[in-house]
Amino acid sequence: MFKKMNFTKIIINVFIIAFMFIWILPTIGLLVTSFRPASEVSSTGWWTVLNSPLKFTQFTIENYQQVLNQGGMAYAFRNSFIIAIFGTALPVLVAAFAAFGLAKLQFRGRAVVYTIIVGLLVVPLQLTFIPVLKIYNALNLSGTFVGVWLAHTGYGLPFAVFMLHNFFSSLPDDLFEAAYIDGASIWTSFYKLALPLSVPAIASLVIFQFLWVWNDLLVALIYLGGFQEVAPLTVKLSSLVGSYGQNWHLLTSAAFISMVVPLIIFFALQRYFVRGILAGSVKG
Amino acid sequence: MYNKNIKKWVALFIGPALFFLTLFLIYPSIQTFIFSFMGRRSEEFVGLDNFIYAFTSRAMLTSFRNNLMWIVFFTFGTVSLGLLMAILVDKVKYEKIAKSIIFMPMAVSFVGAGVIWKFIYDYKPMGANQIGLLNQILTSLGFQPKGWLIQGPLMNNFALIFVGLWIWTGFSMVILSAAYKGIPKDLLEAGRVDGANEWQVFRHIILPYMKPTIAVVATTMAVNVLKIFDIVYVMTNGNYGTEVIANRMYKEMFQYRNYGRASAIAVVLFVLVIPVIFMNVKRMRGEDQ
Repeated sequence: MFKKMNFTKIIINVFIIAFMFIWILPTIGLLVTSFRPASEVSSTGWWTVLNSPLKFTQFTIENYQQVLNQGGMAYAFRNSFIIAIFGTALPVLVAAFAAFGLAKLQFRGRAVVYTIIVGLLVVPLQLTFIPVLKIYNALNLSGTFVGVWLAHTGYGLPFAVFMLHNFFSSLPDDLFEAAYIDGASIWTSFYKLALPLSVPAIASLVIFQFLWVWNDLLVALIYLGGFQEVAPLTVKLSSLVGSYGQNWHLLTSAAFISMVVPLIIFFALQRYFVRGILAGSVKG
Repeated sequence: MYNKNIKKWVALFIGPALFFLTLFLIYPSIQTFIFSFMGRRSEEFVGLDNFIYAFTSRAMLTSFRNNLMWIVFFTFGTVSLGLLMAILVDKVKYEKIAKSIIFMPMAVSFVGAGVIWKFIYDYKPMGANQIGLLNQILTSLGFQPKGWLIQGPLMNNFALIFVGLWIWTGFSMVILSAAYKGIPKDLLEAGRVDGANEWQVFRHIILPYMKPTIAVVATTMAVNVLKIFDIVYVMTNGNYGTEVIANRMYKEMFQYRNYGRASAIAVVLFVLVIPVIFMNVKRMRGEDQ
Protein backbone atom coordinates (compact mmCIF):
# COMPACT_ATOMS: atom_id res chain seq x y z
CA MET A 1 0.00 0.00 0.00
CA PHE A 2 2.71 2.45 1.07
CA LYS A 3 4.83 1.55 -1.94
CA LYS A 4 1.93 1.93 -4.35
CA MET A 5 1.11 5.41 -3.04
CA ASN A 6 4.68 6.48 -3.61
CA PHE A 7 4.62 5.21 -7.13
CA THR A 8 1.43 7.16 -7.97
CA LYS A 9 2.95 10.26 -6.41
CA ILE A 10 5.99 9.99 -8.64
CA ILE A 11 3.85 9.53 -11.73
CA ILE A 12 1.73 12.56 -10.81
CA ASN A 13 4.80 14.72 -10.22
CA VAL A 14 6.45 13.66 -13.45
CA PHE A 15 3.24 14.35 -15.34
CA ILE A 16 2.70 17.82 -13.86
CA ILE A 17 6.30 18.85 -14.38
CA ALA A 18 6.22 17.61 -17.98
CA PHE A 19 3.01 19.57 -18.52
CA MET A 20 4.52 22.75 -17.05
CA PHE A 21 7.58 22.23 -19.21
CA ILE A 22 5.52 21.95 -22.40
CA TRP A 23 3.49 25.02 -21.44
CA ILE A 24 6.47 27.29 -20.72
CA LEU A 25 8.82 26.03 -23.45
CA PRO A 26 7.26 27.93 -26.41
CA THR A 27 7.62 31.28 -24.60
CA ILE A 28 11.20 30.51 -23.61
CA GLY A 29 12.02 29.59 -27.20
CA LEU A 30 10.59 32.93 -28.33
CA LEU A 31 12.56 34.88 -25.74
CA VAL A 32 15.88 33.14 -26.51
CA THR A 33 15.43 33.52 -30.26
CA SER A 34 14.67 37.22 -29.96
CA PHE A 35 18.19 37.79 -28.55
CA ARG A 36 20.07 35.74 -31.17
CA PRO A 37 21.73 37.25 -34.28
CA ALA A 38 19.85 36.88 -37.56
CA SER A 39 22.35 34.51 -39.18
CA GLU A 40 22.20 32.14 -36.21
CA VAL A 41 18.41 32.19 -35.98
CA SER A 42 17.93 31.20 -39.61
CA SER A 43 20.52 28.42 -39.57
CA THR A 44 20.22 26.73 -36.18
CA GLY A 45 17.47 26.10 -33.65
CA TRP A 46 17.32 28.22 -30.48
CA TRP A 47 18.00 25.16 -28.34
CA THR A 48 21.60 25.10 -29.63
CA VAL A 49 22.40 27.91 -27.15
CA LEU A 50 22.19 25.18 -24.51
CA ASN A 51 25.50 23.80 -25.84
CA SER A 52 27.27 26.81 -24.35
CA PRO A 53 24.74 28.57 -22.15
CA LEU A 54 27.28 30.92 -20.56
CA LYS A 55 28.67 32.31 -23.80
CA PHE A 56 26.97 35.69 -23.69
CA THR A 57 28.51 36.86 -26.95
CA GLN A 58 26.01 34.68 -28.79
CA PHE A 59 23.28 37.09 -27.74
CA THR A 60 22.50 40.53 -29.14
CA ILE A 61 19.91 43.27 -28.73
CA GLU A 62 20.19 44.28 -32.39
CA ASN A 63 16.85 42.65 -33.27
CA TYR A 64 15.08 44.82 -30.74
CA GLN A 65 16.76 47.98 -32.02
CA GLN A 66 15.72 47.09 -35.54
CA VAL A 67 12.03 46.29 -34.88
CA LEU A 68 11.60 49.21 -32.52
CA ASN A 69 12.97 51.72 -35.03
CA GLN A 70 12.64 50.54 -38.64
CA GLY A 71 9.93 48.03 -37.75
CA GLY A 72 7.82 50.76 -36.14
CA MET A 73 7.20 48.80 -32.95
CA ALA A 74 8.21 51.75 -30.75
CA TYR A 75 5.48 53.81 -32.35
CA ALA A 76 2.99 50.95 -32.06
CA PHE A 77 3.88 50.59 -28.40
CA ARG A 78 2.96 54.22 -27.81
CA ASN A 79 -0.27 53.75 -29.78
CA SER A 80 -1.21 50.69 -27.73
CA PHE A 81 -0.84 52.76 -24.56
CA ILE A 82 -2.92 55.62 -25.90
CA ILE A 83 -5.65 53.25 -27.04
CA ALA A 84 -5.63 51.09 -23.89
CA ILE A 85 -5.61 53.92 -21.35
CA PHE A 86 -8.66 55.71 -22.70
CA GLY A 87 -10.23 52.47 -23.92
CA THR A 88 -10.18 51.47 -20.24
CA ALA A 89 -10.94 54.72 -18.44
CA LEU A 90 -14.00 55.64 -20.52
CA PRO A 91 -15.98 52.38 -20.24
CA VAL A 92 -15.15 51.94 -16.56
CA LEU A 93 -16.33 55.46 -15.80
CA VAL A 94 -19.55 55.20 -17.78
CA ALA A 95 -20.20 51.74 -16.34
CA ALA A 96 -19.65 52.86 -12.75
CA PHE A 97 -22.42 55.45 -13.14
CA ALA A 98 -24.81 53.04 -14.82
CA ALA A 99 -24.14 50.18 -12.42
CA PHE A 100 -24.75 52.44 -9.43
CA GLY A 101 -27.97 53.77 -10.95
CA LEU A 102 -29.21 50.27 -11.68
CA ALA A 103 -28.25 48.90 -8.28
CA LYS A 104 -29.23 51.71 -5.94
CA LEU A 105 -31.75 54.07 -7.57
CA GLN A 106 -35.35 52.92 -7.44
CA PHE A 107 -37.24 53.46 -10.65
CA ARG A 108 -39.67 51.54 -12.78
CA GLY A 109 -38.23 49.21 -15.39
CA ARG A 110 -34.76 48.94 -13.93
CA ALA A 111 -34.84 45.13 -13.97
CA VAL A 112 -35.71 45.24 -17.67
CA VAL A 113 -32.90 47.69 -18.46
CA TYR A 114 -30.42 45.56 -16.54
CA THR A 115 -31.52 42.36 -18.29
CA ILE A 116 -31.14 44.01 -21.69
CA ILE A 117 -27.63 45.25 -20.86
CA VAL A 118 -26.54 41.84 -19.62
CA GLY A 119 -28.18 40.18 -22.63
CA LEU A 120 -25.99 42.33 -24.88
CA LEU A 121 -22.95 40.56 -23.42
CA VAL A 122 -23.22 37.74 -25.88
CA VAL A 123 -23.83 39.73 -29.04
CA PRO A 124 -20.89 38.84 -31.30
CA LEU A 125 -19.05 42.06 -32.11
CA GLN A 126 -19.10 40.99 -35.75
CA LEU A 127 -22.79 41.82 -35.82
CA THR A 128 -22.00 45.51 -35.26
CA PHE A 129 -18.97 46.23 -37.45
CA ILE A 130 -20.49 47.26 -40.76
CA PRO A 131 -23.10 49.79 -39.55
CA VAL A 132 -20.66 51.35 -37.06
CA LEU A 133 -18.00 51.55 -39.74
CA LYS A 134 -20.47 53.31 -42.03
CA ILE A 135 -21.20 55.87 -39.31
CA TYR A 136 -17.47 56.28 -38.69
CA ASN A 137 -16.76 56.82 -42.36
CA ALA A 138 -19.44 59.48 -42.51
CA LEU A 139 -18.05 61.24 -39.42
CA ASN A 140 -14.37 60.74 -40.38
CA LEU A 141 -13.85 58.70 -37.22
CA SER A 142 -12.34 55.61 -38.81
CA GLY A 143 -8.58 55.52 -38.43
CA THR A 144 -8.67 57.76 -35.36
CA PHE A 145 -7.94 57.04 -31.70
CA VAL A 146 -11.26 58.61 -30.71
CA GLY A 147 -13.12 56.11 -32.87
CA VAL A 148 -11.43 53.13 -31.19
CA TRP A 149 -11.94 54.59 -27.71
CA LEU A 150 -15.64 55.03 -28.30
CA ALA A 151 -15.96 51.55 -29.81
CA HIS A 152 -14.19 49.95 -26.85
CA THR A 153 -16.49 51.91 -24.56
CA GLY A 154 -19.59 50.54 -26.24
CA TYR A 155 -18.24 46.99 -26.44
CA GLY A 156 -16.81 46.96 -22.92
CA LEU A 157 -19.91 48.33 -21.19
CA PRO A 158 -22.12 45.23 -20.83
CA PHE A 159 -19.46 43.33 -18.94
CA ALA A 160 -18.32 46.34 -16.93
CA VAL A 161 -21.89 47.16 -15.88
CA PHE A 162 -22.52 43.51 -15.03
CA MET A 163 -19.44 43.27 -12.84
CA LEU A 164 -19.88 46.58 -10.99
CA HIS A 165 -23.63 46.04 -10.61
CA ASN A 166 -22.90 42.78 -8.82
CA PHE A 167 -20.60 44.67 -6.50
CA PHE A 168 -22.84 47.68 -5.81
CA SER A 169 -25.79 45.36 -5.16
CA SER A 170 -23.80 43.64 -2.46
CA LEU A 171 -23.43 46.93 -0.54
CA PRO A 172 -26.21 47.15 2.09
CA ASP A 173 -29.10 49.49 1.22
CA ASP A 174 -29.24 50.65 4.86
CA LEU A 175 -25.90 52.33 4.37
CA PHE A 176 -27.29 54.53 1.62
CA GLU A 177 -30.57 55.13 3.42
CA ALA A 178 -28.61 56.35 6.43
CA ALA A 179 -26.50 58.65 4.29
CA TYR A 180 -29.65 59.97 2.64
CA ILE A 181 -31.30 60.72 5.97
CA ASP A 182 -28.10 62.53 7.02
CA GLY A 183 -28.64 64.81 4.05
CA ALA A 184 -26.27 63.28 1.49
CA SER A 185 -27.40 63.79 -2.10
CA ILE A 186 -27.43 60.90 -4.53
CA TRP A 187 -24.29 62.30 -6.08
CA THR A 188 -22.51 62.42 -2.71
CA SER A 189 -23.46 58.88 -1.82
CA PHE A 190 -22.12 57.69 -5.17
CA TYR A 191 -18.92 59.71 -5.09
CA LYS A 192 -18.10 59.60 -1.38
CA LEU A 193 -19.59 56.25 -0.40
CA ALA A 194 -20.05 53.76 -3.23
CA LEU A 195 -16.92 54.53 -5.24
CA PRO A 196 -14.38 54.34 -2.39
CA LEU A 197 -15.93 51.06 -1.22
CA SER A 198 -15.65 49.51 -4.66
CA VAL A 199 -11.94 50.05 -5.26
CA PRO A 200 -11.09 46.31 -5.34
CA ALA A 201 -13.88 45.56 -7.83
CA ILE A 202 -12.89 48.50 -10.00
CA ALA A 203 -9.25 47.43 -9.87
CA SER A 204 -10.10 43.96 -11.20
CA LEU A 205 -12.27 45.50 -13.89
CA VAL A 206 -9.59 48.02 -14.91
CA ILE A 207 -6.98 45.29 -15.26
CA PHE A 208 -9.31 43.08 -17.25
CA GLN A 209 -10.42 45.86 -19.59
CA PHE A 210 -6.88 47.18 -20.04
CA LEU A 211 -5.58 43.77 -21.07
CA TRP A 212 -8.61 43.15 -23.25
CA VAL A 213 -7.96 46.37 -25.16
CA TRP A 214 -4.19 45.90 -25.18
CA ASN A 215 -4.49 42.39 -26.63
CA ASP A 216 -7.37 43.20 -28.97
CA LEU A 217 -6.72 42.71 -32.66
CA LEU A 218 -10.15 42.61 -34.27
CA VAL A 219 -11.64 45.95 -33.13
CA ALA A 220 -8.39 47.74 -34.00
CA LEU A 221 -8.23 46.07 -37.41
CA ILE A 222 -11.78 47.09 -38.23
CA TYR A 223 -11.79 50.70 -37.07
CA LEU A 224 -8.15 51.65 -37.54
CA GLY A 225 -7.91 49.79 -40.83
CA GLY A 226 -4.61 50.10 -42.60
CA PHE A 227 -3.54 53.39 -41.03
CA GLN A 228 -0.04 52.59 -39.80
CA GLU A 229 0.33 55.82 -37.78
CA VAL A 230 -2.36 54.72 -35.33
CA ALA A 231 -1.82 50.93 -35.40
CA PRO A 232 -1.38 49.30 -31.97
CA LEU A 233 1.08 46.47 -31.26
CA THR A 234 -1.28 43.66 -32.19
CA VAL A 235 -2.09 45.11 -35.61
CA LYS A 236 1.56 45.97 -36.24
CA LEU A 237 2.72 42.51 -35.20
CA SER A 238 0.20 40.75 -37.40
CA SER A 239 1.24 42.85 -40.38
CA LEU A 240 4.90 42.07 -39.66
CA VAL A 241 4.03 38.36 -39.82
CA GLY A 242 3.11 39.04 -43.43
CA SER A 243 6.01 41.33 -44.34
CA TYR A 244 8.84 39.69 -42.36
CA GLY A 245 7.80 36.14 -43.25
CA GLN A 246 10.73 33.97 -42.26
CA ASN A 247 12.74 36.65 -40.44
CA TRP A 248 12.22 34.97 -37.11
CA HIS A 249 14.83 37.07 -35.31
CA LEU A 250 12.65 40.15 -35.94
CA LEU A 251 9.26 38.48 -35.48
CA THR A 252 10.21 36.96 -32.13
CA SER A 253 11.51 40.24 -30.73
CA ALA A 254 8.44 42.09 -32.02
CA ALA A 255 6.19 39.47 -30.41
CA PHE A 256 8.03 39.78 -27.14
CA ILE A 257 7.66 43.57 -27.15
CA SER A 258 3.89 43.12 -27.50
CA MET A 259 3.89 40.69 -24.55
CA VAL A 260 5.97 42.64 -22.05
CA VAL A 261 3.21 44.79 -20.53
CA PRO A 262 0.63 41.97 -20.11
CA LEU A 263 3.29 39.71 -18.59
CA ILE A 264 4.34 42.37 -16.08
CA ILE A 265 0.70 42.94 -15.11
CA PHE A 266 0.16 39.19 -14.89
CA PHE A 267 3.06 38.53 -12.54
CA ALA A 268 2.70 41.70 -10.47
CA LEU A 269 -1.08 41.69 -10.01
CA GLN A 270 -1.91 38.03 -10.41
CA ARG A 271 -4.73 37.98 -7.88
CA TYR A 272 -6.68 40.85 -9.46
CA PHE A 273 -5.79 39.56 -12.88
CA VAL A 274 -7.24 36.11 -12.25
CA ARG A 275 -10.37 37.57 -10.63
CA GLY A 276 -10.94 39.91 -13.57
CA ILE A 277 -10.36 37.24 -16.20
CA LEU A 278 -12.66 34.79 -14.47
CA ALA A 279 -15.46 37.32 -14.14
CA GLY A 280 -14.87 38.43 -17.70
CA SER A 281 -15.17 34.99 -19.22
CA VAL A 282 -18.67 35.80 -20.37
CA LYS A 283 -17.63 38.79 -22.46
CA GLY A 284 -18.71 38.86 -26.12
CA MET B 1 -32.72 55.22 -2.87
CA TYR B 2 -35.52 57.49 -3.87
CA ASN B 3 -36.09 61.19 -4.06
CA LYS B 4 -38.42 63.56 -5.85
CA ASN B 5 -35.99 64.28 -8.69
CA ILE B 6 -35.32 60.60 -9.27
CA LYS B 7 -35.96 60.80 -13.03
CA LYS B 8 -33.25 63.41 -13.44
CA TRP B 9 -30.77 61.29 -11.48
CA VAL B 10 -31.64 58.12 -13.39
CA ALA B 11 -31.07 59.92 -16.68
CA LEU B 12 -27.76 61.28 -15.43
CA PHE B 13 -26.45 57.94 -14.21
CA ILE B 14 -27.79 55.53 -16.81
CA GLY B 15 -28.16 57.81 -19.81
CA PRO B 16 -24.54 57.77 -21.01
CA ALA B 17 -24.37 53.96 -20.87
CA LEU B 18 -27.62 53.61 -22.78
CA PHE B 19 -26.33 56.02 -25.40
CA PHE B 20 -23.19 53.95 -26.01
CA LEU B 21 -25.03 50.64 -25.94
CA THR B 22 -27.61 51.85 -28.43
CA LEU B 23 -25.04 53.33 -30.77
CA PHE B 24 -22.53 50.47 -30.70
CA LEU B 25 -24.60 47.34 -30.03
CA ILE B 26 -28.35 47.68 -30.41
CA TYR B 27 -28.72 49.87 -33.49
CA PRO B 28 -25.90 48.21 -35.50
CA SER B 29 -27.17 44.72 -34.73
CA ILE B 30 -30.58 45.58 -36.17
CA GLN B 31 -29.01 47.38 -39.13
CA THR B 32 -26.82 44.34 -39.89
CA PHE B 33 -29.94 42.16 -40.08
CA ILE B 34 -31.31 44.54 -42.70
CA PHE B 35 -28.01 44.71 -44.60
CA SER B 36 -27.89 40.93 -44.75
CA PHE B 37 -30.82 41.04 -47.19
CA MET B 38 -29.19 43.70 -49.35
CA GLY B 39 -26.49 43.82 -52.00
CA ARG B 40 -22.76 44.30 -51.64
CA ARG B 41 -23.06 48.04 -51.09
CA SER B 42 -26.36 47.88 -49.20
CA GLU B 43 -28.18 49.64 -52.04
CA GLU B 44 -30.66 47.09 -53.30
CA PHE B 45 -32.75 44.31 -51.82
CA VAL B 46 -31.50 40.87 -52.84
CA GLY B 47 -33.70 38.55 -50.78
CA LEU B 48 -32.00 35.46 -49.45
CA ASP B 49 -29.03 35.53 -51.85
CA ASN B 50 -26.49 36.28 -49.14
CA PHE B 51 -27.79 33.51 -46.92
CA ILE B 52 -27.75 31.06 -49.81
CA TYR B 53 -24.12 32.03 -50.22
CA ALA B 54 -23.50 31.70 -46.48
CA PHE B 55 -24.86 28.15 -46.42
CA THR B 56 -23.73 26.76 -49.76
CA SER B 57 -20.47 28.36 -50.88
CA ARG B 58 -17.43 26.16 -50.58
CA ALA B 59 -15.54 28.66 -48.41
CA MET B 60 -18.38 28.82 -45.92
CA LEU B 61 -18.88 25.05 -45.85
CA THR B 62 -15.18 24.69 -45.05
CA SER B 63 -15.62 27.29 -42.30
CA PHE B 64 -18.57 25.42 -40.81
CA ARG B 65 -16.61 22.19 -40.81
CA ASN B 66 -13.62 23.85 -39.15
CA ASN B 67 -15.70 25.71 -36.57
CA LEU B 68 -17.33 22.40 -35.72
CA MET B 69 -13.89 20.83 -35.29
CA TRP B 70 -12.86 23.75 -33.09
CA ILE B 71 -16.00 23.46 -30.97
CA VAL B 72 -15.70 19.72 -30.44
CA PHE B 73 -11.96 19.35 -29.90
CA PHE B 74 -11.18 22.71 -28.33
CA THR B 75 -14.06 22.52 -25.85
CA PHE B 76 -13.41 18.90 -24.98
CA GLY B 77 -9.66 19.53 -24.78
CA THR B 78 -9.74 22.62 -22.56
CA VAL B 79 -12.35 21.17 -20.20
CA SER B 80 -10.76 17.74 -19.81
CA LEU B 81 -7.17 19.00 -19.58
CA GLY B 82 -8.29 21.78 -17.22
CA LEU B 83 -10.14 19.28 -15.02
CA LEU B 84 -7.21 16.86 -15.00
CA MET B 85 -4.74 19.58 -14.04
CA ALA B 86 -7.11 21.08 -11.46
CA ILE B 87 -7.30 17.75 -9.66
CA LEU B 88 -3.63 16.84 -10.03
CA VAL B 89 -2.02 20.15 -9.00
CA ASP B 90 -4.09 19.99 -5.81
CA LYS B 91 -1.91 17.05 -4.76
CA VAL B 92 1.50 18.75 -5.03
CA LYS B 93 3.29 21.41 -3.00
CA TYR B 94 4.20 23.65 -5.95
CA GLU B 95 0.54 24.08 -6.91
CA LYS B 96 0.83 27.88 -7.15
CA ILE B 97 3.78 27.90 -9.55
CA ALA B 98 2.25 25.16 -11.66
CA LYS B 99 -0.99 27.11 -11.96
CA SER B 100 0.85 30.34 -12.78
CA ILE B 101 2.76 28.72 -15.61
CA ILE B 102 -0.29 27.02 -17.08
CA PHE B 103 -2.37 30.19 -16.77
CA MET B 104 0.28 32.55 -18.16
CA PRO B 105 -0.64 32.20 -21.86
CA MET B 106 -3.96 33.92 -20.97
CA ALA B 107 -2.01 37.15 -20.48
CA VAL B 108 -0.52 37.10 -23.97
CA SER B 109 -2.44 38.36 -26.99
CA PHE B 110 -3.67 35.79 -29.50
CA VAL B 111 -1.44 37.49 -32.06
CA GLY B 112 1.59 36.97 -29.82
CA ALA B 113 0.58 33.35 -29.23
CA GLY B 114 0.17 32.93 -32.99
CA VAL B 115 3.75 34.09 -33.60
CA ILE B 116 5.09 31.86 -30.81
CA TRP B 117 3.48 28.78 -32.30
CA LYS B 118 4.13 29.62 -35.92
CA PHE B 119 7.79 29.48 -34.93
CA ILE B 120 7.33 26.10 -33.20
CA TYR B 121 5.62 24.75 -36.35
CA ASP B 122 8.28 26.17 -38.70
CA TYR B 123 9.14 23.84 -41.57
CA LYS B 124 12.41 23.36 -43.45
CA PRO B 125 12.86 20.66 -46.09
CA MET B 126 14.49 17.37 -45.12
CA GLY B 127 18.26 17.74 -44.82
CA ALA B 128 18.24 21.43 -43.86
CA ASN B 129 18.65 22.42 -40.21
CA GLN B 130 15.21 22.61 -38.62
CA ILE B 131 14.60 25.77 -36.58
CA GLY B 132 11.05 24.81 -35.60
CA LEU B 133 11.06 22.77 -32.40
CA LEU B 134 8.46 20.26 -33.52
CA ASN B 135 10.19 19.33 -36.77
CA GLN B 136 13.53 19.17 -34.98
CA ILE B 137 12.06 16.55 -32.66
CA LEU B 138 10.62 14.63 -35.63
CA THR B 139 13.83 14.66 -37.65
CA SER B 140 16.04 13.72 -34.71
CA LEU B 141 13.79 10.71 -34.21
CA GLY B 142 14.38 9.81 -37.87
CA PHE B 143 11.04 10.99 -39.31
CA GLN B 144 10.35 13.36 -42.19
CA PRO B 145 9.64 16.98 -41.19
CA LYS B 146 6.02 18.02 -41.60
CA GLY B 147 4.39 21.20 -42.87
CA TRP B 148 2.20 21.46 -39.79
CA LEU B 149 0.21 24.47 -40.94
CA ILE B 150 -0.01 23.46 -44.59
CA GLN B 151 -1.06 19.84 -44.70
CA GLY B 152 -4.77 19.60 -44.06
CA PRO B 153 -7.52 19.39 -43.34
CA LEU B 154 -6.88 17.41 -40.17
CA MET B 155 -3.29 18.18 -39.25
CA ASN B 156 -3.25 21.95 -39.79
CA ASN B 157 -6.58 22.48 -38.05
CA PHE B 158 -5.40 20.45 -35.09
CA ALA B 159 -2.18 22.45 -35.06
CA LEU B 160 -4.27 25.65 -34.76
CA ILE B 161 -6.62 24.14 -32.20
CA PHE B 162 -3.65 23.19 -30.07
CA VAL B 163 -2.63 26.85 -29.90
CA GLY B 164 -6.12 27.56 -28.56
CA LEU B 165 -5.67 24.79 -25.98
CA TRP B 166 -2.34 26.26 -24.94
CA ILE B 167 -3.99 29.62 -24.29
CA TRP B 168 -7.25 28.54 -22.63
CA THR B 169 -6.45 25.40 -20.62
CA GLY B 170 -5.14 27.49 -17.71
CA PHE B 171 -8.37 29.45 -17.62
CA SER B 172 -10.49 26.34 -17.44
CA MET B 173 -8.12 24.85 -14.86
CA VAL B 174 -8.41 27.87 -12.54
CA ILE B 175 -12.21 27.84 -12.54
CA LEU B 176 -12.45 24.08 -12.18
CA SER B 177 -9.83 24.10 -9.44
CA ALA B 178 -11.93 26.53 -7.40
CA ALA B 179 -14.92 24.19 -7.77
CA TYR B 180 -12.81 21.15 -6.90
CA LYS B 181 -11.61 22.77 -3.70
CA GLY B 182 -15.25 23.39 -2.83
CA ILE B 183 -15.97 19.68 -2.55
CA PRO B 184 -16.18 18.79 1.16
CA LYS B 185 -13.07 16.80 2.04
CA ASP B 186 -14.93 14.34 4.26
CA LEU B 187 -17.11 13.38 1.28
CA LEU B 188 -14.01 12.28 -0.63
CA GLU B 189 -12.57 10.60 2.44
CA ALA B 190 -15.82 8.73 3.10
CA GLY B 191 -15.73 7.37 -0.43
CA ARG B 192 -12.14 6.22 -0.05
CA VAL B 193 -12.78 4.65 3.36
CA ASP B 194 -15.68 2.72 1.84
CA GLY B 195 -13.16 1.14 -0.52
CA ALA B 196 -13.71 3.15 -3.70
CA ASN B 197 -10.59 3.50 -5.85
CA GLU B 198 -9.51 6.88 -7.23
CA TRP B 199 -11.35 6.36 -10.49
CA GLN B 200 -14.60 5.53 -8.68
CA VAL B 201 -14.16 8.55 -6.41
CA PHE B 202 -13.72 10.68 -9.52
CA ARG B 203 -16.61 9.10 -11.40
CA HIS B 204 -19.17 9.01 -8.59
CA ILE B 205 -18.27 11.90 -6.28
CA ILE B 206 -16.07 14.50 -7.98
CA LEU B 207 -17.75 14.51 -11.39
CA PRO B 208 -21.38 14.82 -10.18
CA TYR B 209 -20.34 17.50 -7.72
CA MET B 210 -18.54 19.57 -10.36
CA LYS B 211 -21.06 19.07 -13.13
CA PRO B 212 -22.60 22.59 -13.02
CA THR B 213 -19.17 24.26 -13.16
CA ILE B 214 -18.06 21.97 -15.97
CA ALA B 215 -21.18 22.94 -17.90
CA VAL B 216 -20.44 26.64 -17.42
CA VAL B 217 -16.83 26.28 -18.53
CA ALA B 218 -17.84 24.16 -21.53
CA THR B 219 -20.45 26.68 -22.76
CA THR B 220 -18.01 29.57 -22.25
CA MET B 221 -15.42 27.74 -24.31
CA ALA B 222 -17.91 26.86 -27.02
CA VAL B 223 -19.03 30.49 -27.40
CA ASN B 224 -15.49 31.81 -27.41
CA VAL B 225 -14.43 29.37 -30.03
CA LEU B 226 -17.38 30.05 -32.32
CA LYS B 227 -15.96 33.52 -32.76
CA ILE B 228 -12.35 32.34 -33.10
CA PHE B 229 -10.51 34.79 -35.30
CA ASP B 230 -7.06 36.02 -34.24
CA ILE B 231 -5.22 32.69 -34.19
CA VAL B 232 -6.39 31.74 -37.67
CA TYR B 233 -5.92 35.24 -39.07
CA VAL B 234 -2.30 35.43 -37.93
CA MET B 235 -1.16 31.85 -38.51
CA THR B 236 -2.75 30.81 -41.82
CA ASN B 237 -5.29 33.52 -42.71
CA GLY B 238 -7.67 30.68 -43.51
CA ASN B 239 -5.48 29.20 -46.25
CA TYR B 240 -4.94 25.48 -46.80
CA GLY B 241 -8.47 24.65 -45.66
CA THR B 242 -8.29 26.29 -42.22
CA GLU B 243 -10.92 29.00 -42.80
CA VAL B 244 -13.31 29.83 -39.95
CA ILE B 245 -16.56 31.83 -39.90
CA ALA B 246 -15.22 35.00 -38.26
CA ASN B 247 -12.21 35.19 -40.56
CA ARG B 248 -14.46 34.65 -43.57
CA MET B 249 -16.62 37.56 -42.45
CA TYR B 250 -13.55 39.78 -42.16
CA LYS B 251 -12.48 38.81 -45.67
CA GLU B 252 -15.91 39.47 -47.16
CA MET B 253 -15.90 42.85 -45.45
CA PHE B 254 -12.42 44.14 -46.25
CA GLN B 255 -11.01 42.01 -49.04
CA TYR B 256 -14.10 41.55 -51.23
CA ARG B 257 -15.99 44.62 -49.95
CA ASN B 258 -19.25 42.69 -49.98
CA TYR B 259 -21.22 44.10 -47.05
CA GLY B 260 -24.30 42.00 -47.83
CA ARG B 261 -22.47 38.70 -47.55
CA ALA B 262 -20.43 39.85 -44.56
CA SER B 263 -23.65 40.87 -42.78
CA ALA B 264 -25.28 37.53 -43.53
CA ILE B 265 -22.27 35.69 -42.11
CA ALA B 266 -22.41 37.87 -38.97
CA VAL B 267 -26.11 37.03 -38.59
CA VAL B 268 -25.32 33.33 -38.91
CA LEU B 269 -22.70 33.71 -36.21
CA PHE B 270 -25.26 35.40 -33.98
CA VAL B 271 -27.88 32.70 -34.54
CA LEU B 272 -25.32 30.08 -33.56
CA VAL B 273 -24.71 31.90 -30.27
CA ILE B 274 -28.40 32.43 -29.39
CA PRO B 275 -28.86 29.22 -27.37
CA VAL B 276 -26.00 30.34 -25.17
CA ILE B 277 -27.53 33.78 -24.62
CA PHE B 278 -30.45 32.12 -22.87
CA MET B 279 -28.18 29.96 -20.76
CA ASN B 280 -26.02 32.92 -19.78
CA VAL B 281 -28.93 35.15 -18.82
CA LYS B 282 -30.35 32.34 -16.73
CA ARG B 283 -27.02 31.80 -15.07
CA MET B 284 -26.51 35.49 -14.27
CA ARG B 285 -29.98 35.78 -12.82
CA GLY B 286 -29.01 32.86 -10.62
CA GLU B 287 -25.84 34.66 -9.53
CA ASP B 288 -27.78 37.83 -8.79
CA GLN B 289 -29.99 36.27 -6.19
